[in-house]
Amino acid sequence: MTRILAVDDSSSMRQMVTFTLKTAGFDVVDAEDGVKALALAKNSKFDVVVTDVNMPNMDGITLCSELRKLPNFKFTPILMLTTESSGDKKQAGRAAGATGWIVKPFNPEQLLATVKKVVG
Amino acid sequence: MEIDLSQFHAVFFEESFEGLDVMEQELLNLEEDTDLENINTVFRAAHSIKGGSATFNFSQVAEFTHVMETLLDEMRDGKRDISREIIDLLLKSVDCLRGMLNKLQDGDDVNNDYVELVDYFNQLLSNESSDNTNDNSNSNKENSLEVEGSIASLTNEQCDSATLGFTIKFVPENYILQTGNEPVRMFKELEGLGGLSVKADLSKVPNFEDLNPELCFISWELQLETKDKESDIRDVFEWVDADCLLEVVKFSDKSTEEDSDNKSIDKESKREAEPELISTVENVTPISEIKKLVPLKKEKEPLKSSKKSSSAASIRVGIDKVDTLIDLVGELVITQSMLGELGENFDVSKLEQLVSGLRDLESNTRELQESVMRIRMLPIGFIFNRMPRMVRDLSAQLGKNIELDIKGEDTELDKTVMEKIGDPLTHLVRNALDHGIESNQKRADDGKHEEGKVTLNAFHQGGNIIIEIEDNGGGINPEIIYKKAVEKGLIEDGIEIPEAQIIGLIMEPGFSTAEVVSDVSGRGVGLDVVKRNINNLGGSVEISSVVGKGTKFTIRLPLTLAILDGQLIRSADEVYVIPLASIVESIPLSGIKITKIAGNMSVYKNGNEYIPIVDLREEFAIKTEKQSTNEGLIAIVEGENRKIAIKIDELLGQQQVVIKSLESHYKCIQGVSGATILGDGRVSLILDIVGLSRRSSERAAIARDKVA
Repeated sequence: MTRILAVDDSSSMRQMVTFTLKTAGFDVVDAEDGVKALALAKNSKFDVVVTDVNMPNMDGITLCSELRKLPNFKFTPILMLTTESSGDKKQAGRAAGATGWIVKPFNPEQLLATVKKVVG
Repeated sequence: MEIDLSQFHAVFFEESFEGLDVMEQELLNLEEDTDLENINTVFRAAHSIKGGSATFNFSQVAEFTHVMETLLDEMRDGKRDISREIIDLLLKSVDCLRGMLNKLQDGDDVNNDYVELVDYFNQLLSNESSDNTNDNSNSNKENSLEVEGSIASLTNEQCDSATLGFTIKFVPENYILQTGNEPVRMFKELEGLGGLSVKADLSKVPNFEDLNPELCFISWELQLETKDKESDIRDVFEWVDADCLLEVVKFSDKSTEEDSDNKSIDKESKREAEPELISTVENVTPISEIKKLVPLKKEKEPLKSSKKSSSAASIRVGIDKVDTLIDLVGELVITQSMLGELGENFDVSKLEQLVSGLRDLESNTRELQESVMRIRMLPIGFIFNRMPRMVRDLSAQLGKNIELDIKGEDTELDKTVMEKIGDPLTHLVRNALDHGIESNQKRADDGKHEEGKVTLNAFHQGGNIIIEIEDNGGGINPEIIYKKAVEKGLIEDGIEIPEAQIIGLIMEPGFSTAEVVSDVSGRGVGLDVVKRNINNLGGSVEISSVVGKGTKFTIRLPLTLAILDGQLIRSADEVYVIPLASIVESIPLSGIKITKIAGNMSVYKNGNEYIPIVDLREEFAIKTEKQSTNEGLIAIVEGENRKIAIKIDELLGQQQVVIKSLESHYKCIQGVSGATILGDGRVSLILDIVGLSRRSSERAAIARDKVA
């Protein structure tokens, strides 16, 4: 089964993302910031990472570049959840090795459609 | 797949309220210390609320937080000074958001108060014109993304109907795979749009020995037969548009061959052509179109937000607490299975094992009970954190310089107790600001430091939590209180009362020392209500004060309302529980002298004081064969500074009892605070000392009246 790591500091968003992906049949593990996500990633394999950008302790951009340093995550699709549709954040995300992004606000259908783009 | 977003509303509200608390706190910190991390924290909180509210269709909240966030962003980037006015505005916004969220949580519509604040923000933001234009373009882009779907369908119609498909030339940079983008997946997506044929160009692939498998050397030419428009195809490559050369060219029925031939332009010129292509795509979405579409989106809102949110109260529990519980349950299961095995073929030789097993069971149960109770415990910081804002606003209103010092905010207490202590505590802090701390002028006259100080402290002591509210103000003058109390008829002139008790009088009903009833604490709710509320929680308040130095209120509260340390006693055949904390001493009946005074009231003279005796047999009309003898004893108990002696037949054990409400199962009875179930399954009533003393003195008064 496809394993997804969902990272967001807001618990409502995290629940929404997790619930949506689980309902669609994915195996989802969640984390509330970059530090916790990175710790999970070091001990486990994931097929997709979906992460928020603005988070305490470690933000999504840093998480992304840290993940890319791990051998297991060299080619793993990493999707950013961002409210900033401005080029800045996207550029920073790309530079850090992010695969793509989902612009907030999104609904469960949009989330699934985007995740399915990078699965399989 | 239909996912009902309303199921996440409760969590969203909870975290938003928490976020607002954090914002408020950090904004107050900002006033003292403009630390970048503080601004970041405020920004993140606003950002989270914005993201959540937009996702869960609370668009007014999203709109509001968006302008807040823009301002915070400018503060974060150092483009805007952090002034008191801005902090005032942001604090006001926090209040406003709290109001909006409260309404939404109750399923009500948000009123339009916030619009004024939004306008104010916009005004403020537009003063710095260059920044503002940036923001506008940002929000426009955001809009364009929200309505993307509708625009797609619009432009689709404008699309050339003769178009049969596109030739796509895709030359990725060799690092493409390391961004997690897999060309094959993109081709699969394209396949979803129509018939696809793929031609790979392997000419750049090096010899096998030089091949780095992590890099991509292949480029592709694809033919896609589709009715979709060009931007749909570009969307597929959206994430990689900076990491590749992409060329999408329409072909129509007849010119397929020539078109694809014409496209053999060299690499360099394509590089230059690319940005142009992209800009034309963006031009496809004219702003006027977007504006027309925006109202569509708004119409959808009422449908979703009209759903009443049923917010069951919840608490957040640290994982460590839950883990402890799981461990304990694990141990309990082991003990249980051990005992179970023992019971299957028990003989006397295993008695020792049984005893030790039961001992384990007891300790497991006790630890489990304590841990479960701990789940309900929250740090008192939840209430303390409300205070800085209040102190800030109030001291400004009163024209006093007051510093608030908070200690012990991690001290935990039961959630129920916490909910009920919030108002009394707020009142005491208000009182300290208003009446405790002197005016700046007076402080200067008295040679004191101009800045007054109020200290909040909390700590555990035994089974209690102690909360202290201390000010370094003028203190309470017992002489003034005494005079006032005489004036109000609370005491008789000439009676000698210890100083501590005199000061305690300010918490009696009908006592207000402030010469002028102020807007701040003279709200009809006096210190007597504070005292009563605390007493109702099974707690007590003490006041100590030194004239000219300050006043300290000390609140003592039980850690939990669910469990009580009880003394079991027997009267006739009935077993009652007396709260252990209320027992002063117990004395055998044989050793004391009982005096009867007015009417039929028995009192016991202990030194200089007369303590009324309450016989539970009479009080609760216990039917019994046994005669009241002199073999029993009296337990002297104290509640609200009043002592009574309860006549009992026997002192039994002490134990923790779980309090069950009598009110919800039966009805409220004066003198009884609840009930509990004893080890043998019997129900035992828990005595309420204050109620009991009141009840018995009322009975005595009636009896006296009859005699008279």
